[in-house]
Amino acid sequence: MLGIEDLNIFLVFTLCILSAIFCVIYGVLNWNKGQEKECDEIKEELMWEENENKINELL
Amino acid sequence: MVLKVVFTIVYLSITGFLGYLGFKHTKSSKDYMIGGREIHPMVMALSYGATFISTSAIIGFGGTAAFFGMSLLWLTFMNIFFGIIIAFIFFGKRTRKMGHNLDAHTFPEFIGRRYQSKFIQKFAGSVIFLLMPIYTAAVMIGAAKFIEWSLGVNYNAALLFFAIIVAIYVFFGGIKGVMYSDAFQGTLMFIGMGILLFSVYNGLGGISAAHQKLSDLMSNPTVLAQLKVPPGFEGWTSMPTLFSTTWWIVVSSIVMGVGIGVLAQPQLVVRFMTVKSNREINRAVPAGGIFILMMTGVAFIVGPLSNVYFFEKYGEIAVIAAKGTDNVIPVFLQTYMPEWFMAVFFVVIVAAGMSTISSQFHAIGTAVGRDLYSNKDGDEKKLMLVMRGGMLMAILITVLLAYILPSIWDGAIAISTGLFFGVCAAAFLPLYIGALYFKKLSKVAAISGMCGGFVTSVLWMTFIHTKESEVLKVSALLFGKNSLAPVGSNLAVVDPIIISLAVSVLITIIVALTTKSKFEAKHIATCFNGIK
Repeated sequence: MLGIEDLNIFLVFTLCILSAIFCVIYGVLNWNKGQEKECDEIKEELMWEENENKINELL
Repeated sequence: MVLKVVFTIVYLSITGFLGYLGFKHTKSSKDYMIGGREIHPMVMALSYGATFISTSAIIGFGGTAAFFGMSLLWLTFMNIFFGIIIAFIFFGKRTRKMGHNLDAHTFPEFIGRRYQSKFIQKFAGSVIFLLMPIYTAAVMIGAAKFIEWSLGVNYNAALLFFAIIVAIYVFFGGIKGVMYSDAFQGTLMFIGMGILLFSVYNGLGGISAAHQKLSDLMSNPTVLAQLKVPPGFEGWTSMPTLFSTTWWIVVSSIVMGVGIGVLAQPQLVVRFMTVKSNREINRAVPAGGIFILMMTGVAFIVGPLSNVYFFEKYGEIAVIAAKGTDNVIPVFLQTYMPEWFMAVFFVVIVAAGMSTISSQFHAIGTAVGRDLYSNKDGDEKKLMLVMRGGMLMAILITVLLAYILPSIWDGAIAISTGLFFGVCAAAFLPLYIGALYFKKLSKVAAISGMCGGFVTSVLWMTFIHTKESEVLKVSALLFGKNSLAPVGSNLAVVDPIIISLAVSVLITIIVALTTKSKFEAKHIATCFNGIK
């Protein structure tokens, strides 16, 4: 077991690597998922712009 | 030495430039607090990781791993599992959306608005303002000590120099400055740890051969004679005996304490609110996972393996050869690695400290400006002023603490870090989970759990858990002994987080079952808008 005496430690050694690999796979599979709806984004941008203008006036 | 100075100057110039970029792109207080919600996923992941992993995680815990062995890898697993997988996928996405729905800018504001409670917001803000400087001081002590040791300058001079640099770019750059430089510092840390892992395995004859040599140390009578570990230690490549003193320390304090504590860290939670959509969080997961593996994973492998090197070279195990756990990693690097690497690693360690501290200062500043100070007239200019003033105050308190603490607390770094993680988890984790997943959880239940967890945590640290109680000295003054735990039991080594989190969860559940949620349906609908 890669020179590791205890099965428990070998297990966690492997788990660490597997969990990092899981992160990579998860990220790749969901790379383009979870985007906000376009209309929401536009609405938000508008609100944002309005706020920005207000702040710029203040500054 | 010349190499170190050159590397440091280059590093500081780049950091300064990134702080300036943050400053240039910060126009509003929203920009200052959550980066206008348009931070790049890679920057977000690296910033999260670099904030998470501080100097003490590499030097302090790496040294601890040299003492307790590779069982600490369970902490790496917890860090990836809870700190990345659970935190990003299950908490992060909901936090982002809900934070967005509630227009929250800080962690206290997030939970305060979700539960419609000013008390929760002010309480969380106060915990951050009053207790976070202790944790920040711990990281600063670690970094300043390393600078003192490595460059041979005075500790106080190192401290001051370090504080001024960080203060400048947090003060002006806001979270953008902090996150840009975090990402740069994270990249440096990644490269440094990668080189370290490769050369250690390579130098000890490969992965299996290196582990085998470490396992074989336990059959050497000279090693056994040098071991001064608590009962239950079975070797560096073995788990300690179940429920022994060593097991309790490793599992409760190190693995569970730090592993779960990370979920309710205000300076980390706020990072989820800096991105635009869940897509950015999905894209940040791979970088986060690999980064944590390369940081704590490498530290917890290199730490134990240093025993092989020290024993082969000096006939002594790491802790004895380096004279203390905190010295293991620095001494090992200096004797084992080539000189140029020390120069690289010096910058890595400074970067690790800076990235954590900058986020802490930022969290404290926003807690003061947004959560403790009531900005009734909505004056943006005044708000920025209060925020920067609060941050300046926090910086001064932290520097003062970092100046005083080492002289009164031995092992101040580990104690202060554990203290803040423990208190945060006990006070905020149940209500944070409740905020994200339980629509019917009442305000009373959330507040009771928070207060119950906080009080239990403080009491356990003051009267039972020897690590803190012998430093706080309250128990000794009142009862003449450091811990009220019965003699012969392992209670004195059971970490506060185990007890206080259990109490906090229990109180939250009991009160939730006996009280009714009084939130209007409209409020809950707003909070959970767009959350499936």
